[in-house]
Amino acid sequence: MKKETDTYSAVGEVGAVYERRSLWNRTLIDLRKAPYTALFGMVVILAYAIVAIFAPILAPYGEAQVFPEPYAPWSSTYVFGTDQIGRDIFSRMIYGARNTVGIAVATTFLAFLIGGVLGLAAAINRSWLDQLLSRSVDVLMAIPSLIFALVLLSIFGSTITNLILIIAVLDSTRVFRLTRAVALNVVVMDYVEAARLRGEGLGWIMRREILPNILPPLIAEFGLRFCFVFLTIAALSFLGVGIQPPTADWGSMVRDNASLIMFAQYDLKAGLTPLLPAAAIALLTVAINFVVDWFLHKTSGLHDE
Amino acid sequence: MSKRTKKGDVLLSIKGLKIQGFSDEKWHNIINGIDLTLHAGEVLGLIGESGAGKSTLGLAAMGYTQPGCRITEGEIIFDGVDLAKLTDGEKRKFWGTRMTYVAQSAAAAFNPARRLIVQTTASTIRAGIKDQSSAYEDAQQLYDVLNLPDPENIGERYPHQVSGGQLQRVMTAMAMSPRPDLLVFDEPTTALDVTTQVEVLASMRSIVEEFNTAAIYITHDLAVVAQMADVIKVLRYGNEVEEAPTRQMLSAPQQEYTKSLWSVRSLEKPQKLVKDSVLSLKGINAGYGAAKVLNNVNIEVPKGSTVAVVGESGSGKSTAARVITGLLPQMSGSVQFNGEGLPPALADRSKDQKRRIQMIYQMADTAMNPRQTVSEIIGRPLEFYLGMRGSKKTQRITDLLEMIELDASFMQRLPGELSGGQKQRICIARALAAEPDFIICDEVTSALDQIVQEGILKLLLRLQEELGLTYLFITHDISTVNAIADQVVVMNQGEVVEQGLKTEVFQPPHPEYTELLLSSVPEMDPDWLTNLIAKRPQ
Amino acid sequence: MGIVTLFVVSLIIFSAIEYLPGDFAKNILGQAATEETTAAFRRELGLDQPAVLRYGQWIAAVVQGDLGTSFSGRNASGVDRSRQVMDLIAPRLRNTLFLASLAAVVAVPLSLLLGISTALYRNSFYDRSVNMTTLTTISFPEFFVAYILILFLASLYPVFPSLANVDAETPLGERFYRAALPALTLTLVIVAHMMRMTRAAIINLLASPYIQMARLSGASPTEVILKHALPNAWAPIATVIAFNLAYLVVGVVVVEVVFVYPGIGQLMVDAVASRDIPVVQGCALIFAMTYIILNLIADIIGIITNPRLLHPK
Repeated sequence: MKKETDTYSAVGEVGAVYERRSLWNRTLIDLRKAPYTALFGMVVILAYAIVAIFAPILAPYGEAQVFPEPYAPWSSTYVFGTDQIGRDIFSRMIYGARNTVGIAVATTFLAFLIGGVLGLAAAINRSWLDQLLSRSVDVLMAIPSLIFALVLLSIFGSTITNLILIIAVLDSTRVFRLTRAVALNVVVMDYVEAARLRGEGLGWIMRREILPNILPPLIAEFGLRFCFVFLTIAALSFLGVGIQPPTADWGSMVRDNASLIMFAQYDLKAGLTPLLPAAAIALLTVAINFVVDWFLHKTSGLHDE
Repeated sequence: MSKRTKKGDVLLSIKGLKIQGFSDEKWHNIINGIDLTLHAGEVLGLIGESGAGKSTLGLAAMGYTQPGCRITEGEIIFDGVDLAKLTDGEKRKFWGTRMTYVAQSAAAAFNPARRLIVQTTASTIRAGIKDQSSAYEDAQQLYDVLNLPDPENIGERYPHQVSGGQLQRVMTAMAMSPRPDLLVFDEPTTALDVTTQVEVLASMRSIVEEFNTAAIYITHDLAVVAQMADVIKVLRYGNEVEEAPTRQMLSAPQQEYTKSLWSVRSLEKPQKLVKDSVLSLKGINAGYGAAKVLNNVNIEVPKGSTVAVVGESGSGKSTAARVITGLLPQMSGSVQFNGEGLPPALADRSKDQKRRIQMIYQMADTAMNPRQTVSEIIGRPLEFYLGMRGSKKTQRITDLLEMIELDASFMQRLPGELSGGQKQRICIARALAAEPDFIICDEVTSALDQIVQEGILKLLLRLQEELGLTYLFITHDISTVNAIADQVVVMNQGEVVEQGLKTEVFQPPHPEYTELLLSSVPEMDPDWLTNLIAKRPQ
Repeated sequence: MGIVTLFVVSLIIFSAIEYLPGDFAKNILGQAATEETTAAFRRELGLDQPAVLRYGQWIAAVVQGDLGTSFSGRNASGVDRSRQVMDLIAPRLRNTLFLASLAAVVAVPLSLLLGISTALYRNSFYDRSVNMTTLTTISFPEFFVAYILILFLASLYPVFPSLANVDAETPLGERFYRAALPALTLTLVIVAHMMRMTRAAIINLLASPYIQMARLSGASPTEVILKHALPNAWAPIATVIAFNLAYLVVGVVVVEVVFVYPGIGQLMVDAVASRDIPVVQGCALIFAMTYIILNLIADIIGIITNPRLLHPK
């Protein structure tokens, strides 16, 4: 507590005055205080990003390069063996980081673009536009998204573009709901009213008054939505209706090599092979969840009571 | 049942109590070594501004610390037992039976899913003090003593089915049901309107007297504590400032801080009479959807003076402000500004019309974008209305900051880095930046501590003097009206009850509602409530 | 609201057939199909009639339990060995419901218990470890959980079969045994989700001022939970359960494929792969209906347990 003064002055008024630190300083302090789970998550995410970017350099063989030896065991030539038609599994794992993660990132961005803009517009408009959008979203959300995706894929066919578009649209409903809810809390604030009274245009209010204040929950949501999209695409690929061969993708790799698992009694390594891409998916989502969990905890100001 | 302690015995004695709270990843002291003695049958008033630690101390008297807080030192001896050393399970034997609690917001503190009488008697029955039928019977008697309507049946209702003032009295009945030795009142009337507050205060005081219960009464309102307490203890930043019997404390406070708390009440603006109006509302009817809130409202605001609009919640005073700003277009009637009619809807008003009418809000916290710096907040109207850029703008921001008694070092701060009074000053500067003629002040001081209030009121008066501003000052607080207004408008249920110069309105004879409103405002006289009850017909 | 939603959903599902590419008949009947057989097939689907009329006929048939005829089993020569969609779905729906209820019966009580107990002992070692475990589990794709279980319980230590093929003749005891692994997978996934949501709902409730009030009037922790928190918790808990049972419906698709369990999920996936639209429509309709009805029940529970609506002013 500051020193008490008996004579009153506005400048010297004591209150909850925080120390002012630069952004970089604050980030460093936050990182130092972050729990091990969050640090672990950040390292994993960074590693995935590096693998995805440098896939062609890191992978020993080509993505669809076929060798004459199907189901080869783990060896120094083929680190994780080869698959049912003789492609190097290790190389495909590395390329998978690029394809699976890349497609999921693109889809999430698209979902945020659609859901975020519409959600913001609905929160500000609050009349017919809000009604129309909210009711449509209610209906879209009344069907489980995996089922909806299956129906749409059966109609339009499983190409990567269709996959991205369909999942993005379905997922944008949840982004819409969150953006709208968070923005509604901000829209009722007096400073937004003050800006309207001043005569500011809609664009300025959206960009300068609302957006900066709804960003933290949206960033956290981006992480969670990414996990969801990533798992949905993996599930679709696993079901054989997502990313199609010969593109290397973790979901379909699990499916292709699934039968190996029953050989675990004879060769544990072979039995583990189909689990590798699945574990790659799981590790990334775990990592993201850890980071998001910490981020939410930090930004919500909640210290668990 | 028999009292466990006699009147005059020491019931509670707190020695060297220190409590810490956890925030910003650090432990902070909330209570800094406080001593407190409470005798049986005595009422102690704890008074202080926000952050004084009065609620924390009140709860600590029961041995309760809020989640995220801890007792680091000291003892809390209640009837010979040190509560600070007991486990929760052991303390539970005291809670709800020998010591009870009345919370600030009864609406939130009652369980919405259970009947009132069940909640009133739960701890009494659980502890086996009374069986169910006699506890219920007793509860009905308590409801009756507390002047609740239909005391036989009101207990069958659910919390959302009765009004706020009634709920607060039911909660007092709940606290009294086990006939405790100690009752802790935590700002029990803060959320109520003044006219309701009087009735609740009167019934609380009579019941405490009737059962001769010791009580701790926590509040920030001096006039209220003067009615309730035998002894007053003033707190600041977790330290005791002074303690004295009520009458002595009111007539001769010792410490500078206490004196400054008292002094706000003495600020009074000499009224002046101006003829020509800058703004007038003529026959305004307005409302939300089908619900009509304003009914034929006429208000004249003379140039260069302050008109205070007084009323309780639901009187329509804030709605009137929304009509003037154009946020809520009226259904009929007109708003005249500088002799010309203003378009009802904000969108139809010109930039110049918008510039001339500015608004300052009650909660400075929500009135400023937490992600913009002070210079962005004040600079925007300069840029938007007056087209200022670059160094000219910076110079003007510095001038404005000086005008509100702050300096250029505040330019790069975010609202979160300012104190409550500083925030409100920045809001005033933002309004001034537009170079307005007319400023609507919507309860601008009611969220602030008293000393800070005084500073803001003085600033507003000085600015009016220097810049010839006109204020429409919306408030529910009569002493604020005294401090700042030339003219007063009294509103009730969407209608103007009375309007005129401050002296005219405050001098009898009054219309009935004005009389009720004025007489309900607590005064610093410890006999005020007693006299008022004697005067009012029951 | 539920009815309106169901109507719009049926409209979307129906329109699936509208967007088929022009040459789909050839794909289904084979390249050798003559103009005549193709035309006859299109006529059978009613594609020569206006869409509104067809929707009316389709919905009328659906209400009577007729979901149309499968595309598969047809060939170029015009011989029609196709089966009724309803006949395909009915036995598989029974299997799926069996599996889903098996998982739900274990998962719902377990996760409520875990959720409430972790909320009570918040920030304890117990809470933290359960929290970590479930956070990890919800991050796993269902098939990962499934294959880990297969690896340990079917491959390395063959306790349960890895293929859960059941048919109408399988005796009940055998059914339980074969469905054990898929049910266990579903349970694990659901418990993690449901437990976390229950915990959040209870913590939210425990932060209410009336809970502090109850503590201050001497109520024991058990009493606080049972008498003060629980009566207000039905609505959030019902929402959590409905949400997760609905999630179960979706999770079942992947799990059925992993274990080759003859349920409706696997049927749907096969139909999507072969673009057998009537079957896809039928399955989607059933999934959507289950989902909507579950959410409707949660809403109704929320309304009938709300004291404000139960006891109006």
